[in-house]
Amino acid sequence: MRQTFVDTATALLDDDPRTAVVLADISGAAFAPAARAHPDRVVNVGIREQLMLGVAGGLALTGLRPIVHSYAPFVVDRAYEQIKLDLNHQGVGAVLVSIGASYDASSEGRTHQSPGDVALFDTLGGWTVHVPGHADEVGPLLTAAAAHDEPVYIRLSTQHNAEGRPTTGMQTIRRGSRAAVVAVGPMLDTVLAAMEGLDVTLAYTNTPRPFDVKGLRALGHSDVVLVEPYLAGTSSAVVSDALRDLPHRLLSLGVECVDLRRYGSPEDHARWQGLDAAGLRQSISAFVAPGGGPARGRG
Amino acid sequence: MAAPTTTRISELLTRLTGDEKHAPSAYSTLDVLWVLYDRVLRTAPDRVDDPDRDRFLLSKGHGPAAYYAVLAAKGFIPEEWLDDLAGPDSRLGHHPDRLLVPGVEIGSGSLGHGLGLGVGTALGLRAQGLTDARVYVLTGDAELDEGANHEAIAYAGATGLASLTAIVIDNQSSTHGWPGGIARRFHGWTSSTVDGRDHDAIERGLRAHTGTAPHVVVAVVEKKG
Repeated sequence: MRQTFVDTATALLDDDPRTAVVLADISGAAFAPAARAHPDRVVNVGIREQLMLGVAGGLALTGLRPIVHSYAPFVVDRAYEQIKLDLNHQGVGAVLVSIGASYDASSEGRTHQSPGDVALFDTLGGWTVHVPGHADEVGPLLTAAAAHDEPVYIRLSTQHNAEGRPTTGMQTIRRGSRAAVVAVGPMLDTVLAAMEGLDVTLAYTNTPRPFDVKGLRALGHSDVVLVEPYLAGTSSAVVSDALRDLPHRLLSLGVECVDLRRYGSPEDHARWQGLDAAGLRQSISAFVAPGGGPARGRG
Repeated sequence: MAAPTTTRISELLTRLTGDEKHAPSAYSTLDVLWVLYDRVLRTAPDRVDDPDRDRFLLSKGHGPAAYYAVLAAKGFIPEEWLDDLAGPDSRLGHHPDRLLVPGVEIGSGSLGHGLGLGVGTALGLRAQGLTDARVYVLTGDAELDEGANHEAIAYAGATGLASLTAIVIDNQSSTHGWPGGIARRFHGWTSSTVDGRDHDAIERGLRAHTGTAPHVVVAVVEKKG
């Protein structure tokens, strides 16, 4: 996904004089050819993330379309107030593109992880959030985002599905009768494996904001399981509101709000978080079983 | 400040604050703002959307009475707006909002955002070939406590972002101060330190940029009481 992002952004710089890329050293080498071709529109501010977002706001104020890129904890968490004030409050947008989703950087530790990134955008409002599940989704999402002026966050991951599904709305993968399971981005293939033999509907989206409420309702289920690759429950309020006129049940699965203080691989973290196929199968089976299973505790 | 202007601004400030006791000297930014809008900035009420205009970014957004008074005096906003500062239907608050006030380039209030936005604005203008437009960012000496400023100062100095001017209103209000002086914090910049009440000195300082480096004007005023 990261290489597809670099290639697409480089092509956008060539094709659209409104496009600018703003970096804080991360991926600086990958953008070196683009920087040589467009020295005024590829800006590497050094290891200065507050400035990276401030510069993006300034560029947007002059009518350019900044694409801002770093690790998720640096482009989102560290520069949160700049996102809030230098973009939202100024009434301008940018395309923020992160790598290092949730525990992609498992061996780097907590400092390089930001499972709460999507939740933070929910505190600001107005952001479109894309969570591509495959490299083939990255190009179309970025190209579409670069063509307007609204705020967009694109969350890249080293986790991915076998097949790309570039459409942004809710896509039905298979039909079942017991519940609807909505897999976001790179969770799809793992969820599919977890559901083997279970009589449930599976749907996919790479765009949790705005959440495709109409698509969710069209699935026709009042029992819903959300499987998100970031903080568990990030979309709970949206889904609850979407179904507020219906008696419904919701199970929200995702990354728990805890610093595990463990390294290991992303696969290890998926297992510890109950987000591998076995863990998901256990959670989803319990939820769709008669009685609905016990309430799930939060770590 | 010439006497008629002093009277005019005093009237506008009184209209804003309802306080007749405050002389213009009570406003640390007033003289610099007046010189900017009266003598230096290539902008005007009919140019607020002109891509080639100079940009003035009030980073130090608190206490914007002097800013509003100057904007009204120069015709950017109707004088009537001054009568209901921060009221429920007012477009003028205790921190300015660029979406509510014509001519205001940034919404500010939380300190330390203007220089970063100013760097980006200067880069955006340069990328579009708008090389006549200059970007002025007004901060305060206490505002420089915020680390975000120093990211912008270091980057602009190291890359020679020559279309950027920072103005630091120095009323010695920073809790721990700037031993050795403020100007020396701006590595790679040219600098002028001026009497922040002397209009000719302010103008000379603002015009002292060389075209090869960013420029900082430290405008020294009375110590904040």
